[in-house]
Amino acid sequence: MTNTLHRFGDAESFADDLIVIAIPAKGAKKQGDPMPALRRFLEIALEYDPVNLGDAMHGGAIRPKRTKHVFEHWMKKDHSPDFKGVIDGATAPTTFAAVFDKRENAEKFVERLKKEDFGLSINVSSSIANGQACCRAAHVARHSVGYSLGFDGIGENTPNRHALMLSTMCGHGMISQSLARKMIDFVKENRRSPEEAAASLSRFCSCGIFNTTRAKRIMEEARKKIF
Amino acid sequence: MKINQDKCVACGNCTYACPMGAIYIDPVVNRAKINSDECVECYACYNGLTKEQLPPGIVRAARQAMKVLRMRFEPEPDICPTSAFEPDKLEWPRIVRRAFSDPRVPHESTGIVGRGTEEVKTNDVSGRVGPGEVGFTVEFGRPGVGAWFYQIQEMSRALAAAGVPFEKNNPVTGLMTDTATGDIRPDVLNEKVLSAILEIKVPVARTEEIIAIVRAVERRLDTVIALGVGVRCDENGDDKVVAPILEKLGYKLNRAKTNLGLGRAVMSRNDAAGDAREPAFGSEMAK
Repeated sequence: MTNTLHRFGDAESFADDLIVIAIPAKGAKKQGDPMPALRRFLEIALEYDPVNLGDAMHGGAIRPKRTKHVFEHWMKKDHSPDFKGVIDGATAPTTFAAVFDKRENAEKFVERLKKEDFGLSINVSSSIANGQACCRAAHVARHSVGYSLGFDGIGENTPNRHALMLSTMCGHGMISQSLARKMIDFVKENRRSPEEAAASLSRFCSCGIFNTTRAKRIMEEARKKIF
Repeated sequence: MKINQDKCVACGNCTYACPMGAIYIDPVVNRAKINSDECVECYACYNGLTKEQLPPGIVRAARQAMKVLRMRFEPEPDICPTSAFEPDKLEWPRIVRRAFSDPRVPHESTGIVGRGTEEVKTNDVSGRVGPGEVGFTVEFGRPGVGAWFYQIQEMSRALAAAGVPFEKNNPVTGLMTDTATGDIRPDVLNEKVLSAILEIKVPVARTEEIIAIVRAVERRLDTVIALGVGVRCDENGDDKVVAPILEKLGYKLNRAKTNLGLGRAVMSRNDAAGDAREPAFGSEMAK
């Protein structure tokens, strides 16, 4: 299951961060295989320019790999998302996610999902305003809402907030704060571009909910002003 | 998890990758070591780092030469250049660490991948949180701190003392010896996990009381707690009941999961409670 609720940041910082989640209803197996609908969810998402896709069993569109040859150490690393790999690799019904950095794309996607009528539970994880906008676009009333009350005692102006914003984009905590801090420092030193640094972090996210656009923006902000 | 000392070249990449900060370069042997007390078996090192195949001896020699020249060996930051990480066979109770920390491992007790249940994400199908009710998720350990079960027990006991029932499909509930007291089985109390979630449901009228209990206990615990609050919206999609309470308590509602209500009910609420979707992991968990 993805864990998208508790991301560090204020509502404004989620303007370019919308995660659309699909979960097959419990017991769907008894009514048939939910996999075609879940795979179709990913395929349709591709039409709306996502920044990441993933499932909770296999990860996102930028993944680590096991190299075969010594010389691969010196080869140029591919930091582009492999969306087709995510769709082809989806084998089991679990939580599927599509991440968008533009609200209008997420709105169009959920509007389409309503028309497709898969019967999957669909959630939008973002600012409350973004979630409500997606409901309006799909002409549905919000069924339920799960609020994050944030990380108690950690204020928005806390030191190291950029590292927190990056590391909490994996809600399972797989992205360490130390690595997030290191990537910010790499960008500051111009040893890595924000794109490369965001891809490095994204590989640790185990369900494909890491938002590389937001990560790049955060690192660009932190490049010149850490607080 | 263990690090093959014959393969490790002490590049230090993994020391940054560990969410718990439990990996360090041992200055005596100049190899990476894992502080097994703090390691939560999340497998972020093993699953997240790309595994490369450089020959350890040559890398060490090159590093020595570069050190003399005051130059730096700089592999990509998200790789292990020599594939030095090797999973350990985990026994009970240590296996609990992985079940709660590695999100790709399903819990035996729920069959669900992850640390909690589906809470409001499938509320349109399960009807778990109804009108006039509030579902709480009390998450321990994130970001970057981790939590011990004896800490979680302190909270579960406080909530149980307040007469709060625990979600029966939640994996922490599955480790309780008595849900009426919130007691967790003694053999796991000294196990550390990356995070764990207690799930409860109460009438709306108890919202402030529950938050006060959680915050009071939290002050005594050396970990971090994140609260999630799930509610059923009215027919217009509004929540005019719980959000005002939270705002009155001073919370800025920056983020939420919005369930669009597109899920289709395929079975009764009671049936849903017993269903397991994923293959079970670790039969030891049930013993």
